[in-house]
Amino acid sequence: MSGVAAVFKRELASYFATPIAYVFIVIFLVLAGVFTFFYGGFYETGQADLSAFFYWHPWLYLFLVPALSMRLWAEERKSGSIELLMTLPLETWQAVAGKYLAAWAFTAISVALTFPIWITVNYLGDPDNGVIIAAYFGSILMAGGFLAVGACISATTKNQVIAFILSVVACFVLLAPGLGVVQQVLGGIAPQWLVDGLASLGFQEHFDYISKGVIDLRDLVYFALLIGAALYANTIVLEMKKAD
Amino acid sequence: MIEVQGLTKEYGRFRAVDDLSFRVAPGEVLGFLGPNGAGKTTTMRIVAGFLPATSGRVQVAGFDVETQAVAAKRHIGYLPEGAPSYPEMTPRSFLDFIAEARGIAPSARRKRLDDVIQLLHLDRVLDQSIDTLSKGYRRRVGLAQAIVHDPDVLILDEPTDGLDPNQKHEVRELIGRMAKSKIIVISTHLLEEVEAVCNRAIIIARGKILADDTPRGLEARSRFYNAVSLKLANPDLLDSARKAINQLPEVAATELDEKLGRITAFPAPGKLPLAPINALAERQQWPLAELHLESGRLDEVFRTITGGATA
Repeated sequence: MSGVAAVFKRELASYFATPIAYVFIVIFLVLAGVFTFFYGGFYETGQADLSAFFYWHPWLYLFLVPALSMRLWAEERKSGSIELLMTLPLETWQAVAGKYLAAWAFTAISVALTFPIWITVNYLGDPDNGVIIAAYFGSILMAGGFLAVGACISATTKNQVIAFILSVVACFVLLAPGLGVVQQVLGGIAPQWLVDGLASLGFQEHFDYISKGVIDLRDLVYFALLIGAALYANTIVLEMKKAD
Repeated sequence: MIEVQGLTKEYGRFRAVDDLSFRVAPGEVLGFLGPNGAGKTTTMRIVAGFLPATSGRVQVAGFDVETQAVAAKRHIGYLPEGAPSYPEMTPRSFLDFIAEARGIAPSARRKRLDDVIQLLHLDRVLDQSIDTLSKGYRRRVGLAQAIVHDPDVLILDEPTDGLDPNQKHEVRELIGRMAKSKIIVISTHLLEEVEAVCNRAIIIARGKILADDTPRGLEARSRFYNAVSLKLANPDLLDSARKAINQLPEVAATELDEKLGRITAFPAPGKLPLAPINALAERQQWPLAELHLESGRLDEVFRTITGGATA
């Protein structure tokens, strides 16, 4: 475990040693605010909850998480430091886990920094804080799903731009089955069980449940399996293709 | 102990390393020589556990680098080609990370880091980010990283590349100091480096071993080995002197460099022509400007052995 911890600490520190952390956090907070207040109609709905805030999270993550995950392995390949990392006495999965957990922890920090909006809603009304905590939890879990997919894709290339674009596409594919528009279109051509089945493979449905305060084992298992599978694939990709 | 048996590495249809076998014992400093693209870096990457071999077996300190990778890696210190590191880190945090990842207990870490920092004179740049360091310092940070856990086996891919002559000298001294207790494998294409630090040299080209000898043994393969060259103060005498030297039974052939006015006499097999030539010069009362014994020329041996091979 100490190997995971070493990689985790190094990675997390490196976010804050470069402008990445500050740029990411600022952009995340600004966008989260813009979406909540302008497009979500936070005040207009007149409800003391944060649904307008959490509603946009999948869309924020669609672009911001790949921006974070693209460098995870592609940068190591590009700079050659992967050779250093892979010749330390660590199992490949330890490096994968350490890097992933650091990126996830960083995302969690960014999400946690939206706390003023929570304070705001408590000041203005009397929200159900249990639901809000669940939604925060679900949001971070979903970010973890996006991140794991992005990390795996980043391991396949040394080009960060390619990693970013492919990750956005992959994350969109995971998001799309839960969208109303997609469900309507599919509903016209495919049987309902297929539409529902696809929706349950996507992020949106599981996130929706959790963000309504319903923490169901199925949703947790879904994200755990998805993250586990993506990181397992990440490890295999690295084992198969270490150089270039 | 490093044991390499039948090591082969193919990239698609290109065979970078072709059935390589050798062992290295403690106390040996092995220089890995070869033209660019000869398979040096690939071999070192496989031994260090970075790349898997296509076939063959590599054992380091008794552990198979593929099936017992982590155990083998504990015994290895590795400086990859180009000394990669994390540019945003400082040498201090970087070395701390390596020490932690290598499982050095926190109590022992401080002391180890201090030793390594002192050994490589890194104290002045400890808190500066690595991307602001000069090439020489970056290389030294890479070396520090390779020795921080005091490994039995050191694999250094071009350790002095990009260093100035003083730094090269220092790194070679450092390697020399560590040589007694460790196995050191360095790759280089600087032949003077082999003479300076190695007690064994393997020349490879196109993935195959072409020579495996001590640096002196390699030098002895040079036609300049035990050759004698001389210069005369009066260049008019050169032709007659050359003829006279050619008559000596200890001399197989002579060459005349007209521009420098120098005669080089190559020894007949197993003969030492220095003394006879010296005696001849005294008898004939040649006005000697210079007379010296040549040592073997590694670069010439290298060229002959590799046959100008480039991949």
